[in-house]
Amino acid sequence: MSSLGFEQFPDYQVPGVKHADFSPYESNGGSIVAIAGDDFAVIAADTRLSSGYNIHSRSQSKLFKLSPLTVLGSTGCWADTLSLTGLMKVRMQSYEHTHLRTMTTDAVAQMLSITMYNRRFFPYYVSNILAGIDKDGKGVVYSYDPIGHCEKATYRAGGTAGTLLQPVLDNQIGYKNMNLAASEVPKLTKERAVSVASDTFISAAERDIYTGDSVLINIITKDGIEVKELTLRQD
Amino acid sequence: MFRNQYDSDVTVWSPQGRLHQVEYAMEAVKLGTATVGLKNRETAVLVALCKPTSELSASQRKIIPIDDHLGISIAGITADARVLSRYLRSECLNYKHSYDSTYPVSRLITNLGNKMQTTTQRYDRRPYGVGLLVAGYDENGPHVFQVTPSATFYNCKANSIGSRSQSARTYLGKNLDTFLDCSNDDIICHGILAILGSLPTDEHQSKENTAQFNITVAIVGKNQPFKILSEQENEKYLRMAKEKGAPADPPRNDDDDDRPSTSDQPDAGPRDPEVLVATEQRP
Repeated sequence: MSSLGFEQFPDYQVPGVKHADFSPYESNGGSIVAIAGDDFAVIAADTRLSSGYNIHSRSQSKLFKLSPLTVLGSTGCWADTLSLTGLMKVRMQSYEHTHLRTMTTDAVAQMLSITMYNRRFFPYYVSNILAGIDKDGKGVVYSYDPIGHCEKATYRAGGTAGTLLQPVLDNQIGYKNMNLAASEVPKLTKERAVSVASDTFISAAERDIYTGDSVLINIITKDGIEVKELTLRQD
Repeated sequence: MFRNQYDSDVTVWSPQGRLHQVEYAMEAVKLGTATVGLKNRETAVLVALCKPTSELSASQRKIIPIDDHLGISIAGITADARVLSRYLRSECLNYKHSYDSTYPVSRLITNLGNKMQTTTQRYDRRPYGVGLLVAGYDENGPHVFQVTPSATFYNCKANSIGSRSQSARTYLGKNLDTFLDCSNDDIICHGILAILGSLPTDEHQSKENTAQFNITVAIVGKNQPFKILSEQENEKYLRMAKEKGAPADPPRNDDDDDRPSTSDQPDAGPRDPEVLVATEQRP
């Protein structure tokens, strides 16, 4: 917006005029980690909502249960998060009325991508990660950029500490950069996924000021969603 | 109703002050199979009789969920019902999105009534040919509303619409005082017993043979989102209802659904001769 401002036209500038810039976006902080297994998906998000150096809340969940098998983790601009998840809920209920069934995780993933791209020229300033069970019973993780580019992955970290968390996941879940033969790679269990997610969050809270207070972990299986909470540093 | 010069346009009044097109639309409701709505202190129940139009096809959906707190059952032109239910769903969804709460039932019905009224006053539209029984629950408790093609709606303690619904209405009228204090199981049984009277007489004898007719039951209430009961639950309540006993009177043959609805105004002058409408065969 300000690149089109009148700073570029020196002839029009009047001395003494104060020009306040309004930015429609604000970063409310927070991080998300999601890991997919053979028959489960784990998604964890911290519960701190901040604005600059101020804290709005220490106990705001960033995980939105869209269906019994699908959870969306959303950080970035909280206003955009609320608007986007509200819109998703409405569209999903509309789908249920017409098709007489809940949306599959893959369908939700596609719809989220389309919804976000519809705002290509005034994007939702949100970092989304969708986790759930697909129609074959397998765990899936989809990650998004602010304009809806969607990518399926086995594990993903997003939010303010995303760049701190992603390499740890690469190593611990993806076994990257390790001298490990393909046959030695152990199968990912639910317990390991939860413990890796928890540990990475503890590290993130140490270094990222916007991440902390506590982590809410949702473990999604075909039988339901189990919720775990883990306390983190409050500073 | 006698075919006359005042009945081809909905915008034309008859000398007696009637809109014949609207009344003809109400006749469409009587062509649909019966459905019953009733309530106790915290639950509203809809029971619908589904008769397949032929042996080869499945029966029509009579009960349509609208939102978690509301559902409708229909009698009349199903296509019109689909349009209305799409409208109601859209209204409820928008309200929920804007206000984060459920659309109060009476306001939603008023809204629907207003929408339906426009079709009775425009030359290029026709009235919706479907009657609705709406069962809903909000902070004012359970509600049963009847909506007619004339865009009038009634807040009811219990009601029944559709073909041969008079027997059901008689049953409901007789037992009305007991409904408020009924348990949820009992109110469902009452609904089923009421509608059993609306079966065609030849099938009434073979009431035991449930394969010939389909009853759909839906409930909504306190801590109970709108739900259409499953096959097993249906069986359970059908058995329970039979144990409670058959309706006291067998269905009357002189069901006065055949006579046109009488107007409330006093007769100012000569009335149109009232004769049975020649419509398609009744099942």
